[in-house]
Amino acid sequence: MSSAPLLNAATVGDTLEIRPTGSWTVINANLLESLFNAVTPQLAGAKRLRVDLAGVREIDTLGAWLLEKISRGAEQAGRPVTVTGIDERHAELIEDVRKVNRGERAARPRQNSVLARLEQAGRAAYGAVGEAAIFLQMLGAIGWALLGVLRRPRSLRLTSLVYQTWRIGWQAIPIMVLITFLIGAIIAQQGIFHFRKFGAESYVVDMVGILVLREIGVLIVAIMVAGRSGSACTAELGSMKMREEIDALTTMGLDPVEVLILPRIIALVIALPILAFLGSMAALYGGGLIAWLYGGMSPAIFIARLHEAVSVTHFEVGMIKAPFMALVIGIIACSEGLKVQGSAESLGRQTTTSVVKSIFLVIVLDGLFAVFFASIGM
Amino acid sequence: MDAVTDRYAIRVRDLVVGFGRRIVIDHLSLDVRRGEILGLVGASGGGKSVLMRTIIGLIPKMGGRIEVMGWDADAAGALNGHFGAPKWGILFQQGALFSSLTARQNVQFPLRENLSLSQSLMDEIADAKLEMVGLSPEDGDKLPAELSGGMTKRVALARALALDPAIVFLDEPTSGLDPIAAGDFDALIKTLQKTLGLTVFMVTHDLASLKTVCDRVAALADGGIVAIGSMDDLLHSEHPWVKAYFHGKRSLMLHKNPD
Repeated sequence: MSSAPLLNAATVGDTLEIRPTGSWTVINANLLESLFNAVTPQLAGAKRLRVDLAGVREIDTLGAWLLEKISRGAEQAGRPVTVTGIDERHAELIEDVRKVNRGERAARPRQNSVLARLEQAGRAAYGAVGEAAIFLQMLGAIGWALLGVLRRPRSLRLTSLVYQTWRIGWQAIPIMVLITFLIGAIIAQQGIFHFRKFGAESYVVDMVGILVLREIGVLIVAIMVAGRSGSACTAELGSMKMREEIDALTTMGLDPVEVLILPRIIALVIALPILAFLGSMAALYGGGLIAWLYGGMSPAIFIARLHEAVSVTHFEVGMIKAPFMALVIGIIACSEGLKVQGSAESLGRQTTTSVVKSIFLVIVLDGLFAVFFASIGM
Repeated sequence: MDAVTDRYAIRVRDLVVGFGRRIVIDHLSLDVRRGEILGLVGASGGGKSVLMRTIIGLIPKMGGRIEVMGWDADAAGALNGHFGAPKWGILFQQGALFSSLTARQNVQFPLRENLSLSQSLMDEIADAKLEMVGLSPEDGDKLPAELSGGMTKRVALARALALDPAIVFLDEPTSGLDPIAAGDFDALIKTLQKTLGLTVFMVTHDLASLKTVCDRVAALADGGIVAIGSMDDLLHSEHPWVKAYFHGKRSLMLHKNPD
């Protein structure tokens, strides 16, 4: 049915006659464009243009547009154009295409690249201030919602809270325990391997104990929770925002912070210390196991040394940090979720931002706590 | 054989589609003539969209034959892939525009994936299509999230028409549009069908568009086509569901003489 398109161009006197034949349809798109490019330079030499469409068997928007482009180019250069032989079937389409693309496209203003960079930096700095404001705003909103719950305890969404705790806490236990167990084992193995050189193997217990209880246990768990539950929070709230579910809640006189955000934050604050505790225990277990299997230190000695090396203070230092890290993760996850705009791309972007930002802030917070505890002598 | 394939754009024979044990479409046969606008009506959840999605290959069929432009969907397994794409354009109910691309890039997408044209020509074609569906080139720079419901449908139609397909499937094209916009959209479909020689397969609930643009209307009930013909034929159909559909309170306007 479709036949190869051709474009015959012949100069008769001062008139350029072009005679397209065959199928001027999208199937032959590549060929058509090269035909068009071949004939364009010939236009310059001619005073008049005649287009004879009698040989065209099929035509669609693409073909009609290319032919229209040829005649429009000639017209704009002040050369008269005559078009003949339009098939009845094609007349309406050709007439339609003749009308399109007449308007001038506004040219995009050119930008100075240095200025653009400067502007970008300025906007980023300005944005950072805005981010801090959003963080504080969310903190305030959560505090306000919490106050409301304290005044009317029945307004707490208990079902949602239990469900979120189950998801963020209970379901995360296997992976958290496995990862902290491995980390504990790795720290112990590295310690034994290097301390052995100067015969200080027994100090591995001090290192594992203090490191795990003070820093690693809670930090690893917080980072894992940020990646696992923080991202889920952002994605859930974001897709609810996209589908106007949050607007629907507001119009029903409910506060989205109280209904959606508070249960998640409280669940995080409950679950993260528990996970951190379990994680620390698993890491100590892993360290002890390696000390026994790799370092030849019997469990009884390990426990006795651990008892000497660590005090409740170390454990407290680790545990105090956990709820604050949970709060930071929750606030970042929820406020990023509410920032989602209409598109799927924005949902992905906010989820990434949420995870990156909460991990960053968790580490910064850990550093601040280290300074704080050092200065109060804990 | 050739005469038959020339007459019909879509031929469906004894089609059976089901999910698990539930049979949604039961031995359905339907012919869509070339160059006509066929409206498909049916109860909500009655399988209209399932029928459309089966014809375009998104849902596997359990039995029967589907032929589109003389191509057997089974023989040409590639119909879903590259062979299928230029043959038909599909307007999904929610538009299904790619949200990370601008309207213009959405319209260019089929061109870019199926052909190798220069960027400037693709821009011109996309602008031409946008203008044909009644949008301005400035709208082409907007992202789908910034478009109104009617504009989304228009951009989706422009994208469906990007490759000048022979058949266009429309899934509830006028749902969610105000009567003026819906009327404009109907007129647009009619104009494009005439100028581009399209075959249009339209799933709709909109009685006004059934009356004004459809050449024939098919009624889907109990898993099969229970009535097919011009709007007048359907109005006089004796099938109880068709009767209930076209003689309900909301359908009174159909019976009044327009002049």
